[in-house]
Amino acid sequence: MSTAALLWRQFRFERRLFWRNPSAAFFNFLLPLVFLLLFASVFADDEDQLEILIPGIAGMSIMATTFTALAFNITYLREQGVLKRVRGTPLPPVSYFGGLLGSSVANAAVQVVLVVVIGHLVYGVDWPREPWSLVAFSALGVITFGALGIAFSHAIPNFDSAPAYVNAIFLPLLFISGVFYSADSLPPVLEAAAQALPLKHVIDGLHGAIVDGTGLADNLTAVAVLAAWAMAGLLLAVRFFRWE
Amino acid sequence: MAETAIEVRGLRKSYGTVDAVRGVSFDVAQGEIFGLLGPNGAGKTTTVEILEGYRRRSAGEVSVLGHDPESRDRHLRERVGIVLQGSGFYPRATVREAVEHFGAAYRRPRDTEETIALVGLEERAEARATELSGGQRRRLDLALALVGDPELIFLDEPTTGFDPAARRNAWEIVRTLKDLGKTVLLTTHYLEEAQSLADRVAIVKDGRIVAEGPPAELSPTHSRYRVAYDSNGRRVELDTDDPTDLLHRLTSDALARGERLEGLTVSRPSLEEVYLELTEEEGR
Repeated sequence: MSTAALLWRQFRFERRLFWRNPSAAFFNFLLPLVFLLLFASVFADDEDQLEILIPGIAGMSIMATTFTALAFNITYLREQGVLKRVRGTPLPPVSYFGGLLGSSVANAAVQVVLVVVIGHLVYGVDWPREPWSLVAFSALGVITFGALGIAFSHAIPNFDSAPAYVNAIFLPLLFISGVFYSADSLPPVLEAAAQALPLKHVIDGLHGAIVDGTGLADNLTAVAVLAAWAMAGLLLAVRFFRWE
Repeated sequence: MAETAIEVRGLRKSYGTVDAVRGVSFDVAQGEIFGLLGPNGAGKTTTVEILEGYRRRSAGEVSVLGHDPESRDRHLRERVGIVLQGSGFYPRATVREAVEHFGAAYRRPRDTEETIALVGLEERAEARATELSGGQRRRLDLALALVGDPELIFLDEPTTGFDPAARRNAWEIVRTLKDLGKTVLLTTHYLEEAQSLADRVAIVKDGRIVAEGPPAELSPTHSRYRVAYDSNGRRVELDTDDPTDLLHRLTSDALARGERLEGLTVSRPSLEEVYLELTEEEGR
């Protein structure tokens, strides 16, 4: 079987197993949607707040399905010796990791679509004004957080401590990056931190695409910051990769 | 001698200042079951993991089916099956799904159902890895190593933690592999396992091979025969390479003194004695 066919096979295998894992399905799919419904119900009459919330939850979903999921998965697969087993077979690493990453990307894509559709149908937020720029910023977010998730898994000592490590980054980042409310009124220190980190820029890009009708060219700062994090993430992910 | 499946010459591996393997050499012929026997920490797993391509050697020459395992050539991995000491499964995949999935990476995989039957997991084919007992998980390990129909199989401590019945089952499977013409490199710290399965055994201690040969003939190179007799109510044991000469001197002396050598025996030490002698001498 060719490398591409094996990648596709690995992808389908990962998809099938994903739905058998209730906790992964919950954290990847349900949690962002629960947040969406809770906060949107509170802000249901406030169009401005909803227009912050929809791109915010979409950004959170991208991070949860890539950064969080991959940091967990790679740590688990390494600790359990699945990576080591795979390494002893002829399965090309490109096929294996391609399938694994593809599954994360699929989750991110489904989730962003769900959030946008629910935002429109349930809360009356307009359809995205720049669909292609929505795709572009989602892709940038997926690449950046995917690479950072793999890189971060190298720093997690074991699977038991993975939730603590991941949430120590994920949760504070949600609150300073304007997921649930506008990040403009943050204290300057937190604002500076949010500006330096990737999530706010993913959300800014998504906000531009969904609400303002702006594209990549109008959000060059966001593109630059995300590209820098993506490069750093890829370098660290590859440089410090361990099979066991 | 049949063609050589594995050739190891002067293999060394150091981790920092610790020398795990200190100059190991051996050959494994095709179709042979070769056992690396030794206590925990002797360097067996390090040696095998170098042959499997997981670790880089510090020095020495290694050839596995004509390849250098360090090159991590896909063609080599097509022909080799690996059972590691501990490696995980996809917890939510069933036995059948796992065997089929891992089989797909090989050019000519063994049939999924046939592989499951080979390791005796037919009744558990629909069970997920998390639902299997320890022994059944080990069989799934073996199934995943065999699904590619490899010529050469590495078994690292295949029955550690098994009860006696499960161990005998596993041995049956390994004998089946030999009947199929496979080459097997086995590590174990169970003497009985090496004795029962291996055509040839190498005893490993402190990163070196201290004895090598068929289990029945295995003896430390410096004392092949053991001559024993009673003298004044005390048992005297003498190890020698040349029993003829030793016996001649013993019996001449005894005759000259007009004594009998009560309880005289000449024996080859059993594998167990050899093993204990070789692996415990520093502890004495």
